[in-house]
Amino acid sequence: MQQTIKIAPSQQVHPLEHRPGVQKRRWRKNRLELIALPAGIVLLISLWALIAKVGDYPTFILPDPLSVFNKLVEITFDGTLWHHTQTTLVEIVGGLALGLSTATILGYLLAKSPLLERLTGPYIVASQSVPAVAIAPLLVIWFGSGQISKILICALVVFFPILVNTIVGIRSVDKGLKTLMRSLQANRWQTFIMLEVPAAMPVLLGGLKIGVTLSVIGAVVGEFVGADRGLGYLISLSKGLFNTPMMFAALIALAAISLSLYLIVTGLERWLLAWRQ
Amino acid sequence: MVSPILQVKSLTKAYETTYGELLVVDNINFSVMPGEFVCIVGPSGSGKTTLLQMLGGLLTPTEGAVLLAGQPLVAPPQEISMVFQKPNLMPWRTVLDNVTLPLQIQGVPRQEANEKGQRILQLVGLSEFAQAHPRELSGGMEQRVAVARALVQQPRILLLDEPFGALDALTRERLNREILHLWRTQKLTAIMVTHNIHEAVLLADRVLVLSPRPAVIAADFQIDLPRPRPQGIEYRESFGALAYQIRQAIRE
Repeated sequence: MQQTIKIAPSQQVHPLEHRPGVQKRRWRKNRLELIALPAGIVLLISLWALIAKVGDYPTFILPDPLSVFNKLVEITFDGTLWHHTQTTLVEIVGGLALGLSTATILGYLLAKSPLLERLTGPYIVASQSVPAVAIAPLLVIWFGSGQISKILICALVVFFPILVNTIVGIRSVDKGLKTLMRSLQANRWQTFIMLEVPAAMPVLLGGLKIGVTLSVIGAVVGEFVGADRGLGYLISLSKGLFNTPMMFAALIALAAISLSLYLIVTGLERWLLAWRQ
Repeated sequence: MVSPILQVKSLTKAYETTYGELLVVDNINFSVMPGEFVCIVGPSGSGKTTLLQMLGGLLTPTEGAVLLAGQPLVAPPQEISMVFQKPNLMPWRTVLDNVTLPLQIQGVPRQEANEKGQRILQLVGLSEFAQAHPRELSGGMEQRVAVARALVQQPRILLLDEPFGALDALTRERLNREILHLWRTQKLTAIMVTHNIHEAVLLADRVLVLSPRPAVIAADFQIDLPRPRPQGIEYRESFGALAYQIRQAIRE
């Protein structure tokens, strides 16, 4: 009689996340993070207050935390801060969207067609020998001091890293899985959606993470070159007025933008790449 | 008289290389009857995988044809499923979603696909792991998921390309038993490539021996051992004699 194959209960293993110990450990780690972050911020601000107090610098060189806080409250409530933050935010997100979409589409095509890569590759690499921010003045001349020129600068800055990551991501798709999709008679679209996109996702998100931070830089540099609003403009205006507390307030707003965008991408990563944890 | 389910007619495959034409498979002929279990053995690099890929419609032969129920094969048909050397699971999909992948590609509604997937997972003893991800599985379990995926579209022919080659001896033995069980209960025709002679004798009704490249069929052994194969058959004299004969037929 043929032996039937049954798994004995003792051999059964529970999937990792169903084990109680793992969840407890994870929670403890989260709680530590929850305490460590505010504690670090409090420590930094105290240090700053101490240096300002001991050094007794004039406010236009190093304002103490309280005067920065007062300034922050003042320009928050009279709407100035939001006016500039919103401008810069639109530039950052718009540039990111433009750069991201063109870079991923072109990256996908280049990854798929070695011929296209050979033809356009040298131009793309050569274009990177000039820093994207260095042509910001040119873009301001061409497209004016409004938001369009800043969006273009941001798009240019994020374009290359995302392009490279897309090519690497699509090229790294497992060969065995490609053969599998072929043996299952998957069409091009199914292979794209079911295999290439999820397989390249980790690398794509890595590119987006870099892109987000670069986009903030692009917007600020663009506004330095020529603008009439935005956080970069607010910083150069503060410089002219020797209004250092306002400059600090603008910097804090910029840091907040960078941090929130970064956290959004991290959250996206945690959600889309949950299978890796 | 039952007609063969798969016929291989003067099948030839040559690759263009920088050194000229490389003949890998040279004018192979054989047929497989429905319900037969055929093992193909041969030295490494003898074109076993190339042959199997042509049988599965993944590679176009340079000359000759593979006939499935009398019709020439042009693309991978639904009646034929493959199990590869590697499990080839998508790490971002759960076990169930990996198993139902072929059905999703065919556009089977989600619920129906999931029901079928659950049934197959039960068959290979992995229903507890339906929602687990591949990284949580052992090598043997991963390959079992790959077998389940191959069976989910209810193929008539199962092609196996050294599926358990990377596993330890005990797991391999157990999975071979499982394959035999599935082959019998699901009424499959199975063609398996292996370089393990004992495995071939244990599983097959027939063992084809390939010559070194370019591959031709050097020998065709009928394995007249009782079915179902009893436990411990590997240690019988008749088993050893057959294995020895096959070993003699393989030139390296």
